[in-house]
Amino acid sequence: MRMPIEASETEAMTAMTTAQTMPADWRDFFALTKPRVMSLVIFTGLCGLLAAPGHIHPVIGFTAILCIALGAGGAAALNQWWEADLDAGMKRTSQRPLPAGRLNRVDARDFGIALSAASVGIMGVAVNWLSAVILAISILYYAVVYTIWLKPRTPQNIVIGGGAGAFPPMIGWVAVTGDITLMPVLLFAIIFMWTPPHFWALALFVQSDYAKVGIPMMPVVAGERSTRRQILAYSVLLLPLSLAPWFIGGAGAIYGAAALALSAAFLVFSLPVALRSATEGDSMRPEKRLFGFSILYLFALFAVLVLDRVMAAQGML
Amino acid sequence: MTPEDEAEYRRRQKSRNVVLGLVLLFFVALFYAITIVRMTD
Repeated sequence: MRMPIEASETEAMTAMTTAQTMPADWRDFFALTKPRVMSLVIFTGLCGLLAAPGHIHPVIGFTAILCIALGAGGAAALNQWWEADLDAGMKRTSQRPLPAGRLNRVDARDFGIALSAASVGIMGVAVNWLSAVILAISILYYAVVYTIWLKPRTPQNIVIGGGAGAFPPMIGWVAVTGDITLMPVLLFAIIFMWTPPHFWALALFVQSDYAKVGIPMMPVVAGERSTRRQILAYSVLLLPLSLAPWFIGGAGAIYGAAALALSAAFLVFSLPVALRSATEGDSMRPEKRLFGFSILYLFALFAVLVLDRVMAAQGML
Repeated sequence: MTPEDEAEYRRRQKSRNVVLGLVLLFFVALFYAITIVRMTD
């Protein structure tokens, strides 16, 4: 159910629907690709590529990462094209190029389609077609399954939609090996399990915005208490899952020790979030701390995996 | 359209064209490099 957008937000909606008289600045097209999200996508994709067994020529490896980035940018542009009216109703997103009226909606859609198609085509021709197919699935998963289908319909949107962000390390891995084994599936599963607590921590401190535009985020639909318990549940499950690459022999002791320490810390940051309830005028510090740490967690976990694998390849382990 | 608007229009058009040109040049260089790597594989 979509709730009515308040009158205070109509200014942004008007800006969006006003005919474009000026050509959009190139920076607005760049902003459509969600560069900050893209940095995490590039990093995890690069880690998958570097941790994979085998050799890839630097030019082909660079092309694979470029295609992952272009694909993520294309999917982000399509996401913003579809959600322009919702973005206009939320403070956090109302200044994006489309709701602010700096960019034509059709141009955003065409830009997203062009980036997505180019990324898959180049990946297939220059790297290999299996990684191109997984890249195409990840774009469709984010732009169609998550954005169009799940997000407005179910509070489980983040859980299932989290799969979209979990593809990059798998694509990076498959770009090197050309096949799917248990390790890239585990890397996928780690990000999949990490996404709900990461995103729900954010949703807890911006929940009024999501409620305003009728997006059924977990805190809005199931309530704060249930969301907090689920954050803890996913954090508990993340611990053994993050250790799985070590258990199956896909990573060494350096990774195992770091994964244990990082996942234990993740659990420690989740506990206060799970055990408390917000009061009137709450600063939501534990939730903000968990959100901040969750980003550091993913960067650190994948960086250590690469370090571990590079050291093993050099015969240092 | 006022002269100021027209100047802004031209500025934006020019900067978009410059960026598009640079992106195309980059892809020409990239495809050349990919071709060389693939041929020597």
